[in-house]
Amino acid sequence: MKKSFRFSVPTRYIINFGLTALFIICGTLIVNGGAFKRATNAIILQIGIYIILTVSLNMVTGYLGQLPLGHAGFMAVGAYTGAILWKATAAMPCWVSILLGLIAAGLMAAVFGVLIGIPALRLKGDYLAIITLGFGEIIRICIINLAGITGGTPGLLNIPKYSSFFVVFTAAAITCYVIHTIMHSRHGRAILAIRENEIAADACGINLTYYKVFTFAVSAFFAGVAGALFAGFQGSLFPKSFDFMASINILVMVVLGGMGSMLGSVVAATVLTALPLVLQGLSEYRMVIYSLLLIIVMIFKPSGLMGKYDFSLTGIIEDAINGRLFRKKRKEGAENE
Amino acid sequence: MNENELTFVPSNARIPKRDLDKTPVLETHHLGIDFGGLTAVDEFNVTIGRTEISGLIGPNGAGKTTVFNLLTNVYTPTRGTILLDGRDTRGKKTSQVCQMGIARTFQNIRLFKEMTVLDNVLVGLHHEMDYGVTGSVLRLPGFWRGEHIARERAIELLSIFDMQDLAEAIAGSLPYGAQRRLEIIRALATNPCLLLLDEPAAGMNPSETAELMENIRKIRDMFQIAILLIEHDMNLVMGICEGIAVLNYGRIIAKGTPAEIKSNPEVIEAYLGKKRA
Repeated sequence: MKKSFRFSVPTRYIINFGLTALFIICGTLIVNGGAFKRATNAIILQIGIYIILTVSLNMVTGYLGQLPLGHAGFMAVGAYTGAILWKATAAMPCWVSILLGLIAAGLMAAVFGVLIGIPALRLKGDYLAIITLGFGEIIRICIINLAGITGGTPGLLNIPKYSSFFVVFTAAAITCYVIHTIMHSRHGRAILAIRENEIAADACGINLTYYKVFTFAVSAFFAGVAGALFAGFQGSLFPKSFDFMASINILVMVVLGGMGSMLGSVVAATVLTALPLVLQGLSEYRMVIYSLLLIIVMIFKPSGLMGKYDFSLTGIIEDAINGRLFRKKRKEGAENE
Repeated sequence: MNENELTFVPSNARIPKRDLDKTPVLETHHLGIDFGGLTAVDEFNVTIGRTEISGLIGPNGAGKTTVFNLLTNVYTPTRGTILLDGRDTRGKKTSQVCQMGIARTFQNIRLFKEMTVLDNVLVGLHHEMDYGVTGSVLRLPGFWRGEHIARERAIELLSIFDMQDLAEAIAGSLPYGAQRRLEIIRALATNPCLLLLDEPAAGMNPSETAELMENIRKIRDMFQIAILLIEHDMNLVMGICEGIAVLNYGRIIAKGTPAEIKSNPEVIEAYLGKKRA
């Protein structure tokens, strides 16, 4: 067999980092340069936020194989934590405030993730779905009733609008990087092993409780970050943004993209968020087409758009150099984004 | 993997240098479990030598797999103690018992089907690597070192059964016999001192069974570990086991060497029924 061209490991990391940086810088320049309409800019930022939400939920649903329905709850915890902190630290230099807010939002959501995860992850399948659904609702009701802190139903207003293209997509890139690196380590293998066969994983010395709660916490952390970005994007927060349908929306993206495929999550988050914009001209048929699209994908590709295909930028470049770009081939994902 | 614990042997596999004396690796005292009012296992007393191959046989429903589940703490024993290397396993989780040194395979194969063969073995080697989450996110040197050593070790383990070329194959796509072998390799990867095999020859033809017998002996000699197996194939059990325990209705009805078991009237009765007077 002809020896094919492969990048060395450090080269892969440099290429991936460079291309990601290039994407973010170009995007920032284009968006800040006023190339798009306001509505388009808003959609682009939403895409970034939904990428974080979908990729983080995919970690629990696709990789760990559990079905939680409370992702919007973690998002809400992060959103209010970030928003309140940002309002309090508005006097600080903007990047310090942003960083503080995002990290605090993530950590707070992760704490909730651990607190919910320890009792909830004893259950499986539909039972876990119901208990996390309940949790999401409890968070929302708490937010409504803690009006002194959260503003209650009238909402939390005048949040500094920190979520620029640069901030959102840097956060999205970091999310993908962190989850990718975790999944391609002994910890990620343990998580996948639990999905594949819990009893066997246990017998191989994998601490089930630890890894389940760990996955839940990481997922919640990034949901919290996305929540804070959402707050900084909207400039105001209302409890109804975090209801049951919000969780379902994210889950739909994960399933449509293909459970366990990070590329799928990114693609689905992009497509489903951008779709309303693309279909704007069809006004009243918009939701019909949206639903039809979901049904069609699920009928013809039940494993989701990308199945379990893992994306590797450098892998594609290698294939191009080796002259077999269009031949189908399963690749080991080297780096993402 | 602690390097100074290892020596290299010509067969390409590393032998952990365990003390090879005849002190028991496993002892159980009055082990038993009740499910509600049903006593599934009772008064289970066995002693297994450090490098002994022993068999657990008995008619269907005798409680053999239950014994395995007790030894690995999948079920919590109602009474009795389990001493592994002199250490009590009471109150430990299944995963902790595995780290203490009991590895097992399953009657119905339980592989991580959608993962590659190599990844299956690497899951078994989970605790041989010690880098943390930060190490894997930042790709610190410890991560690369840990992964590199584990990968080499995994390939080495696969080469015992000549499976190193299948490393990148998806585990679920392997033929039946290879899946059984992979499960044994994965169990060995956890560096056990006692290996439990639940019906390793199930679904195998006579020539495959003969090969399996060779392999079980080979594993024992290479790794110097104790092996306890449940099996219905009497040729295999009588051929390789040094000690046999016969279980019926949750109780041990006979213990001894293959020759003793073969001529024991109680065993014959359990399997074939009583002769009418």
